[in-house]
Amino acid sequence: MYTEKVLDHFSNPRNMGEIKDANGVGMVGNAKCGDIMQMFIKVNDDGIIEDVGFKTFGCGAAIATSSMATEMIKGKTVEEALKLSNAAVVEALQGLPPQKIHCSVLAEEAVKAAVEDYEKRKAEKAEA
Amino acid sequence: MRQVYLDNAATTALSPQVLEAMMPYLTEVYGNPSSVHAFGQAAKAGMDKARDQVAKALNCDPAEVIFTGCGTESDNTVLLGVAEKYKEKGRHIITTNIEHHAILHTCEYLEKQGCDVTYLPVDEYGLVTPEQVREAIRPDTILVSIMFANNEIGTIMPIPEIAAVCHEKGVLFHTDAVQAIGHIPVDVKAMGIDMLSLSAHKFHGPKGVGVLYCRKGLRLPSFIKGGAQEKGRRAGTENVAGIVGLGAAIELACSHMEENTVRMTALRDRLMQGIAANIPEVKLNGHPTKRLPNNVNYSIRYIEGESILLMLDMNGIAASSGSACTSGSLDPSPVLLALGLTHEIAHGSVRLTLGDDTTEEDIDYTIDVLTKTTQRLRAMSPLYKA
Repeated sequence: MYTEKVLDHFSNPRNMGEIKDANGVGMVGNAKCGDIMQMFIKVNDDGIIEDVGFKTFGCGAAIATSSMATEMIKGKTVEEALKLSNAAVVEALQGLPPQKIHCSVLAEEAVKAAVEDYEKRKAEKAEA
Repeated sequence: MRQVYLDNAATTALSPQVLEAMMPYLTEVYGNPSSVHAFGQAAKAGMDKARDQVAKALNCDPAEVIFTGCGTESDNTVLLGVAEKYKEKGRHIITTNIEHHAILHTCEYLEKQGCDVTYLPVDEYGLVTPEQVREAIRPDTILVSIMFANNEIGTIMPIPEIAAVCHEKGVLFHTDAVQAIGHIPVDVKAMGIDMLSLSAHKFHGPKGVGVLYCRKGLRLPSFIKGGAQEKGRRAGTENVAGIVGLGAAIELACSHMEENTVRMTALRDRLMQGIAANIPEVKLNGHPTKRLPNNVNYSIRYIEGESILLMLDMNGIAASSGSACTSGSLDPSPVLLALGLTHEIAHGSVRLTLGDDTTEEDIDYTIDVLTKTTQRLRAMSPLYKA
C-alpha cells in the first residue's frame, strides 16, 4: 500500500519534534478528521530556514508527508518554502495512495501556515 | 522477528485437521453431489456428514442447515427473502445500528425498495435490550435481525431474551452469528432462534463457505436462482470441499470450546490488564465482561489508528483499527461512534483478536510493542502534552 520511501519516513521521521526558539509556527487540520500537523520553523536574518520541526497526529501518510516536507524546506529561503507544492512532496515520496493525497495537501498548508506566522511576527516586530 | 496474528475477527488460519478432512474432496472425490453415480454419491456423503456436524453444533435438524457461499450471502438471503415473502403482512424490519455491512447495507437497499427499517441504538457498551425490541415491534413488523456478537468490539447481545420477545409478539428472529459460532455456545432451539448466519473462515475453516440455519416450517425464496441444490433453497453446484471443511471446523471448535474459552479469556484479560497498566489514557471499547473471549478493543488517546497498525506490523503484529484511514472514508468506525465515542477517540482505536494459536508470549510481546508504539506516536503528536 505504501512505498518504501513513505515507510522509511514514517518509521524514521526527520526533524520530528518542537523547536523551542522557533519564530514561525503553523497548525492545520483537525482531530475530527484524524489529521493535525504542526510545523515549527526558525528563520535567520537572511530569510533562510535554519531549522525546522514537526509534530503530527495522523496516519502513516500524514507522518511521512510532514517529515518529507520538513526535509524539503530546511536550508531554503521562506520564498522557496512557499513554493513547495503537495505534488512535489508526493513525488519525493515516490507516490501516495489516492485516498492519502489530502495528507500531502495538509503538509503544504502546514509549511505555508508556519511561514505566514513568521511573516506576521516579523511585521509586528517592525511596527514595534 | 516474532510473527503475531491478532486479527482473527477478520479471518483465521485454516486448521491442519480441517485441511486434512478437505483434501480428498479437492482430489479424488470430485463428483457432483447431484449426480446419481458413485462419484456423485461419494461427494454427497461428505456433504451429509458436514450437515450432521453443523446440526449437532447448533442443536438443530440437519434438514434445517442450508450451505451458502459466505455469511454475507446468508444475511442477504434472510433479509431479502423475508421482505419478499411477507410483504403482504408488513414491510417493517428491526435491527441495530452496529450490525455488519452485510446487514446494514442490505437494509439500506430494502429501504429504497419501500421497506421501513428501525435501527435500534446501542448503549455505551454496544448492547440493545429486549425492552427496546419490544417497544419497536409494530403490527407490520416482519423481522428482527440482531447480531449475536459484534465484530469490532466483541459485545455479546442478550439473544435468548430478545428472541423470547419476538416469539411473544409473533415476529421472526434472525441473528448474524458469524463472530460467535465456534467461540461461544449457540443452541438455536434453546435460544429460540428462527434463522442464523455463520461463516467457516471465522473458526479456522476455509473461506468461501457459510451456513444459513432456517427453522423447519419456514421456507425462504432461494437467493440464487437456478438448480434444485439444497432442496431448492440455494441454487448452484456446491463447494463440496469447503462444506466438508466447514463441518470439520465447527466440530473441532465445539469439541474444545470449553477449555478454549477458559484459555482464551485468560489471555484476553492478560492483554487488557497489560494495556491498562502500561498505557495511560486508554479506553476499553465494548463491554468489560459480556464480550467474546478473543476480542480486545482499545482507544488510545492522542494517536491515530492506522499509524498504530503500521508500527505494530513493522514489529510483526497483525491488528486492525476503526480509524477512518483504514476504511477509506473520512469517518471513523460507525460502531465506535454508535457507542458515543468522539471522532478523535474513535480514530485512535485498535482491535486485537486472538486465535487458537495465540500464546502468553505473544500477548506479552504485544503489550510491550504496543506500549513502545504508543510512546513513539505520542511523542510525535501535537495533541499530547506529556
